[in-house]
Amino acid sequence: MPAFLLRRIGSALVTLLLMSVLIFVMVRMVGDPAHLMMPPEATEADRALFREQLGLNDPVPVQYARFLSTIVRGDFGNSFHFGVPALSIVEDRLGPSLLLTLSALAFAIFTGVPLGIAAAVKKDGFADQFSKIFAALGQAAPPFFFALLFIRLFSVGLGWLPTGGYGSWQHLVLPVIALGWYSAAGLCRLTQANLTAVLQSEYVKMARIKGVPEHVVVLKHALKNAALPVITFAASQFGILIGGAVSIEAVFSWPGFGSLMVESINQLDFTVVQAAVIVSTLLFIVINFTVDLLYALIDPRISHV
Amino acid sequence: MSDAIVQHAPSLPQPSASALRSSRPAWSRWRRHWQFHLSVAVLAIVIFAASFAPWLSAYDPNGIDLGSALQAPSLQHWFGTDQLGRDVLSRTMSGARLSLFIAFCAVFLAGCGGTLIGILSAYFGGWIDSITMRLADIQYALPPVILAMVVIGVIGPNTANVIIVVTIANWARFARVIRAEALSIKHRDYVLLARLAGASPLRVALRHILPNVRNTFLVLLTLDIGLIIILEAALSFLGLGVQPPDPSWGTMISDGRGQLEHAWWTSVMPGIVMMLTVLAANLAGDHLREGTRLIGEAD
Repeated sequence: MPAFLLRRIGSALVTLLLMSVLIFVMVRMVGDPAHLMMPPEATEADRALFREQLGLNDPVPVQYARFLSTIVRGDFGNSFHFGVPALSIVEDRLGPSLLLTLSALAFAIFTGVPLGIAAAVKKDGFADQFSKIFAALGQAAPPFFFALLFIRLFSVGLGWLPTGGYGSWQHLVLPVIALGWYSAAGLCRLTQANLTAVLQSEYVKMARIKGVPEHVVVLKHALKNAALPVITFAASQFGILIGGAVSIEAVFSWPGFGSLMVESINQLDFTVVQAAVIVSTLLFIVINFTVDLLYALIDPRISHV
Repeated sequence: MSDAIVQHAPSLPQPSASALRSSRPAWSRWRRHWQFHLSVAVLAIVIFAASFAPWLSAYDPNGIDLGSALQAPSLQHWFGTDQLGRDVLSRTMSGARLSLFIAFCAVFLAGCGGTLIGILSAYFGGWIDSITMRLADIQYALPPVILAMVVIGVIGPNTANVIIVVTIANWARFARVIRAEALSIKHRDYVLLARLAGASPLRVALRHILPNVRNTFLVLLTLDIGLIIILEAALSFLGLGVQPPDPSWGTMISDGRGQLEHAWWTSVMPGIVMMLTVLAANLAGDHLREGTRLIGEAD
């Protein structure tokens, strides 16, 4: 286990380091900061001074080292647009995004998994047919298209729920379903496939022969063994949900992280984009790392491979 | 996690399929695979309509006619008209052209690049393998939309850049799956014999390993095309993809957002066509995957 842990930490660190190089290179590719950050009426002498102050005349490795040391200290610079630290803007938007994505993940788990179980228990039954349609539709269109359909049906048509905004639980319903459907579809298919395979195994047959009641066989014997890939898959959906949340936030005017990124890209506010990318990368690496650990804890075979 | 473990199964259809084919009457074969056949038919229709859009469509997709703005679907305008009086069906077909062109280019580039990287890192191992797989980790560490948004933010939105970005956001799955398969092929007898016979590493990689991952490559291609169509639509929807006035499915859905209340067809019609296309591609991909036993690929 300790060796496994060290290896995982090592590879997470290497990923982070490579990511920082990538961001450094991309930020430099955007263009000359002396042109981006200075007013157009600035003179060439002003620009030269500005470059000197920012250290843009130093050798590239020196610049990279400085870049790395500032971001390690949590200093991402000020937003070009708002003039306040970029990190604080990103932090403000993180809460609503986490609320949205975690709710969508919960929705996906609580619809996808039961539906998958019901489908596996009775092949070609009603639940099986329904889950196939549910899964195929969920994976066939981007979340924002479902969002628009839902708004048309439930907000504009029936007037049940608000068309957008942030605040109450009513504001959460449509975005969560639109966002979570895709992951629910994947979870449903995976649960169904795994449980179907496990239900044909020898030890399930043995349990049935012993006279164990069918619901105990399914929920206790079989589900426990089918659950492992489902758990990792559910956790891996987090990144996909953050990506999908970008367009969902745009549709529902949700004050999240994704809509911040779109706004910042459109305003050429690169310090905010940079802070947002680094924070999200860190978040994903931490999540992936936790998932790997969780997996190793649940299934001890993994850490010995 | 999301990387697939590929079992030794280089042949694409089940070995028994050809045996069954001769003994079963045509009708029962159709019933067995009706979903696949229907999907292929839908894809064929969409690709045909997209390829010949300029000759098939009755109206100019960018032709503004304010006199007939926001008309509901009718015999003249099957999908209705948008706020500038442009025919939604013509625009949907023209949008299919652009969306599918981007998707095919991107999936092909990502597929070829990823496959090449996968084979080389499996064959040479060592530091080449470490670097490429860490790069793949980065691609996996960021969701495609965010990765694509950042790169578009840097290089600017236009059709060519969308292809580049979608390629960058999608090569890693090819690289990982193909690498896993190439690793299993690397130690087969015929590869060892080729090396004994003095074939250069490059020749072994390209002549002996590449042909044997072809089927996996094709399956991944069909499985990915739906995801890529959706990714392009998301980028265009956010204003970071195809730029107006050229229609793509994503920009059309986005344009229609303001008219949801009184003219739903402007965004729903292209959306439904996109949905059917992706659905057909996914069903076809699933059908092909069943023959190849790609394990651990849940999405």
